[in-house]
Formats: sequence, C-alpha cells, structure tokens
Amino acid sequence: MSDHKPGFFARWFMSTNHKDIGTLYIIFSITAALFGGWFSMMMRHELGDPGLQLADDGHQWNVWITAHGLIMVFFVVMPGLIGGFGNWFVPLMIGAPDMAFPRLNNISFWLIIPAFLLLVASALVGGGAGTGWTVYPPLSSLAGHPGLSVDLAIFSLHLAGASSILGAANFITTIFNMRAPGMTLHKMPLFVWAMLVTSFLLVLSLPVLGGAITMLLTDRNFGTAFFNPEGGGDPILYQHLFWFFGHPEVYIMILPAFGIVSHIIASFSKKPVFGYLGMAYAMVAIGVVGFVVWAHHMYTSGISVNTQAYFTAATLIIAVPTGIKIFSWIATMWGGSLTFPTPMLWALGFIFLFTVGGVTGVVLANAGMDTSLHDTYYVVAHFHYVLSLGAVFALFAGFYYWIGKMSGRQYPEIAGKIHFWITFIGVNLVFFPQHFLGLAGMPRRYVDYPAPIPPEHLQGALVNPVAKIQWILEQEYGYHLWNYISTLGAYMSGFSVLVFLGIVFYTLFFGRRVGDNYWNVQKNTMTLEWTVSSPPPFHQFEIQPKMK
Amino acid sequence: MDKNTRVLVFVLSLVIGMGALAYASVPLYDLFCRVTGFAGTTQTSDALPDTTLDREIVIRFNSQTSANLPWEFKAETYKVTTKIGAQGLVNFYAENKSSTPTTGTAVYNVTPLKAGKYFHKTQCFCFDEQTLTPNQRMNMPVLFYIDPSIAEDRNMDDVHDITLSYSFFPAESKELDGALEAFYNAE
Repeated sequence: MSDHKPGFFARWFMSTNHKDIGTLYIIFSITAALFGGWFSMMMRHELGDPGLQLADDGHQWNVWITAHGLIMVFFVVMPGLIGGFGNWFVPLMIGAPDMAFPRLNNISFWLIIPAFLLLVASALVGGGAGTGWTVYPPLSSLAGHPGLSVDLAIFSLHLAGASSILGAANFITTIFNMRAPGMTLHKMPLFVWAMLVTSFLLVLSLPVLGGAITMLLTDRNFGTAFFNPEGGGDPILYQHLFWFFGHPEVYIMILPAFGIVSHIIASFSKKPVFGYLGMAYAMVAIGVVGFVVWAHHMYTSGISVNTQAYFTAATLIIAVPTGIKIFSWIATMWGGSLTFPTPMLWALGFIFLFTVGGVTGVVLANAGMDTSLHDTYYVVAHFHYVLSLGAVFALFAGFYYWIGKMSGRQYPEIAGKIHFWITFIGVNLVFFPQHFLGLAGMPRRYVDYPAPIPPEHLQGALVNPVAKIQWILEQEYGYHLWNYISTLGAYMSGFSVLVFLGIVFYTLFFGRRVGDNYWNVQKNTMTLEWTVSSPPPFHQFEIQPKMK
Repeated sequence: MDKNTRVLVFVLSLVIGMGALAYASVPLYDLFCRVTGFAGTTQTSDALPDTTLDREIVIRFNSQTSANLPWEFKAETYKVTTKIGAQGLVNFYAENKSSTPTTGTAVYNVTPLKAGKYFHKTQCFCFDEQTLTPNQRMNMPVLFYIDPSIAEDRNMDDVHDITLSYSFFPAESKELDGALEAFYNAE
C-alpha cells in the first residue's frame, strides 16, 4: 500500500499530489506553447514579405501579437517554470512529502484552464483584443475596443493572476515550513531560493496588475474614470500600475530559469556552484531592485528628465547582481570536470543568449538611447533574447535534465543535441536580425513595412530563398532583407518544435529506463531529488531526510 | 492557528495590501502632485505675496476643448507679461454652441512642469464645473501670481515663459440636471 495511486479520474482531475499537478502544468504549458508558437509562425510568415499575406488588417495583426504575448507569458513560461518544475522539484529538493496546501495546489492548476479558455473566447468575440499584452488605455478603453474581447481578456488575467497568487502562497509556506531538519535557508538549493524570491515577487506585483485591470474593467463598463481624462483620470496611471507589475513579472519569468541553470551547470561541472550565497542574494537583490525600475518602460510617456535620470541609474544597477550570476556560472565551470550532455548545452545556450539580451538591456536602460529605440524591433529583439531565448532555453534545459527523473525514462541523447542545435540556430536567425531592423527604425506592432513588393515568382516565405535574397539585395531600400531572414529562422524554429514533440513521444514510450541518479550527480552538488527513484514514489520521503 | 496557516495569512495580507495600494495610488498620487507641484500641478492660495520682484515672466495660454463638448473656449489674449509676485489676470471665454445646456469641467497644468510649484491661482473657473445655457457666452477670469521664491530656486533660472493650459471636457452635475430640466420645461 505504500505506493497506492488513485484511479485515472481521481488521480488527474482531483489531484492533490505535487508531482501529478506539476506534470499537468507541464502538459498545459507545452500545449499552450503550441498555440503561442502558432501565432509566432503566422506573424513571421506575415512579415516575410511586404504587403499583407495572412492578416486582413492591422487590427487582426494586433490580435495575434496580443494572443502571442499573453499566452507565452501567462500560459507557457509561468506554468512551465513555476507550476511545472516548481511543483515537481521544490518539495523534492527540500525533503518534503508534498506542498503545504495540496488542495490549494489543485485549485491553482484548475484556475489556469478557464483562464486560458477565457483568453481564447476573447479572440472569438467582438473582433478580438488587439491591445498588446500591456492592454494600455485608451486603446483598450471602450473608445478603442467597444466589444467584449477586452473584458474577457481582463477576466482571463484575473483568473491567471489568482492562480499564480495561490501557487505563490503555497510555495512560500512550503519553503518556510517544510524543509528537512538541518536544511537552513542558507543550505537550500538555488532552485528553491529562486522559487522563494519568485513567489514573493508574484504576491507583491500581481495584485497591482489585478487592481489596474479591474480599474480598466470598471472604466469600460461602469463609468468610472481612473484612466479617462474626461473624468479627471489619467491613462499614464495605467502605465505606471501595469509596469509596477510588468517589470517584476519579467524577473518572475527568469528567476526560476536562473535556479535551474545553476543546478545544471554545477552537476555537469562536478563542482558546487561558485559563490552560493552570492548567487542566492543576487536573486534577492534582483527581486528587490526589480520593484523600483518600472518607469524605464515609460521613458517616452512624458516623464521628467530627473525621473528619467533616476530610472536609468536604478535600471543599470540591476546589471550588477545579474553580472554576479553570469560570472559565478562561468566560475563554476572554471576548472570543472565538464561534460556536455543536452541539458548542459541548453544551460550554456541560456547563459550566452541571456547575456546578449542583457547587453541590449543595458543599452535600452539609458533614457537617451531608448528615446529613439522605444517601440522598435530592437526592443523586440532584446526581450526575446532574455525571454524566448532565455526563459524558454531554461525550460528545455530543465526538461532534458529532469525528464528521466519525472518519467523514469531517458530521452535519446543524440536527438536532444540535434534539437538543441536546430533551435539555437533557428531562434538566433529569428531574433538577431531584429536588432538591425530596430536600429534602422522599424517600429513594433505593425502588420507591414515599407519595401518593394517582390515579383510574382518570388512571393511566399519558402519559395526559392537564394534567388529571393539576391533579388532583395538588388533593391535600394526597405526592411525586407532582415525580415525575410528572420522569417526563415522562424520556420527553422518551428521545425525544431516538431523535433521536440517527437523526442517527447519517443522518450515517454520507448525511452531507456533510468536509475535514481542517472546524471551521476556528485556528492558535492547533490540535491535530494537524486536520492529517490526515477520516477519518484507517489508519496516520497516517508522517512524524513536529515541534512548535516 | 498552525504554522502553515500563519504563513498563508501573512502572504494573503500582502496580496490584499498591494491590491489596496493599487487603488490608493489614485488619491496618493493626486495628493503628491498637489503638494509638490509635480507634473505641472498648479497651487491655489487666497492672498497675494507681500513682495514683488522686478523680474518678469511671460505667461502664455493654451485652451483646448474635447470633441464631445460643443463649446468654443479661448483666452482673450494669448500671452501676458507679469512681474513675479504681482497679480496677473487673464480672461478666458466659453460659448456653448449647442441648443441644449451643457456642463464642462477643465483639467489643467503648466509647462515647464517644474514651474507648477510656483504658479499660484487665487481665482479660477477651473475650480468648479461650469454650466452654460444654449448659446450662452461666459467670461472666465483667472487670477494668478508667480511665487517670489522662484527667484531662489537655481533650477528655475532658465524659466522665462510659462504656459498655462486648459482642456475642457463634458461633465455631469446637479446644476446641469437643473438647467436641463428648466430648459425642457420652458419649451
């Protein structure tokens, strides 16, 4: 009876088991990623050539970018890193039998499903919400979006926010109260530290988003005027409230990634992570400073020069703890006994690409630079380097590192490496050229760009790329070249998703069975998940582990 | 209360506190602007200062009307020059171009934004909502002065011009309800 599992329905639909809920979150995250990724493919196909290919008009384009942004942030990265890996490995790493509030955990997961359905519904009624993920008024007010779409999107964010807040409360309680005896906060694995800081960011920032979108909702439906100057309100207030949430949100998405990468780098260097306390408190510092830099998203909204000077300085300071992390990872590898299996490749890819995104972030932090780069593709390239190529690489790193632990079966190593290299080349092809587009002044959030229309026989994304690039180079002006290369990269990245799905399928059904510690994690970098079987028993740690 | 519930209550109180703070940001920001003159928020006072300086400042006027309010709203002159500390006067006028009573309310500030702290109004139409009967034309004087302490602020040495700006938006008020009732009863 020690490993009794409930029947299928009770196990998966009424689950209170942290590992099963984590699995549900990961399945949900991958599914949502296919939706969000589909929108990216449509967007890149649309921009592959000048003129309109798939979209009817600019509003439809805006609906796509909104859906892409909201899905990727709230329904892919957050459920994957926090709900998925967080649920799976926080209790395992601290030696706890489960989360502190298992039924609350169930509610957290089942709130995110209706949240996603509401977002889908918002795309299906009233022409869809074309507001961008920021949902700024007046575009998102009744004047800009008279239909129901924005209201439904707001409800979707309410539910997703409630889900995350409850999840965060659960993590904080679990981490504070359920660590194995002897595991002080300063001995806690870095992934757990990352989840702790992330959870605090969630509970401090999400209510502000909730407040802002509720004000927007009452402005739209009940005649309040929080953001309406006619009634004495101010649309800039929304921007302040949104980014007071929005900036910590980007750290919410990247801190768990930091945690995962720290473990992978240490395991495959066979050395404990360099400067453990520095790593932990760097995350705390990023979390704290992350709350006082929000207006760097608003340099062009008319804030005063003195305010800009403050936000520039505060933003640049974030490079210090971030630099501590990057250099500590490199120092961890220094002199280590390095091996390069797939998760290590993803972790190294993460460090490299996150650093590129960090460097462009330092550029954009300067109000003077940002004035000309604001809302250009340079910004798009920047945040995709830190999120799409940062957070998502960490998701893959975690997947390959832990899939053996979670499923009991190992992925095929060669296929994992192929997947990594296709993705790495693909996403760099997508996003690196967007720096050039942004520096050349191409603005975000437009369905089209000025460039000569290619001749009939060269239209279409994948029609004779070599001849097409030659033709583009013969033209004298236009944003076509780098857009086209970016689109080619998108097709490559899209193909890598198919490779990934194939690997998942193969691993789950035909993967080699593995033992407890299949990565041969050394004693000096050991975390508790490697002391239990793969997959772990339904109820683990019936004898509580003790830390020395 | 067991120790898990204690942490949960603590976390949920953080959540409620931050949510309340989001709403509190509206009155708090308003208070902050009025106290510091942030974002060009003008000051109000009842009496003129004791001293008048020789330094002069040009005050320009800017008037806008929402498309939803059928008014013509302008200043009678586009600029005046006043000595710092002396009383300035400008007449705006508004005319209701529609055939029904309407009410407007003005939002306002000054640029450069840093001058808000030193721009004092002693009388202004913008303190109240204004109701105009059909085709009524109303004079709207603004009495103001520039605080002499502006001379002691080194950051204000480059300020020679201040633009006072008003935007009129439609509003609802009891006075409008009364005027509308009288208007339709008279027909």
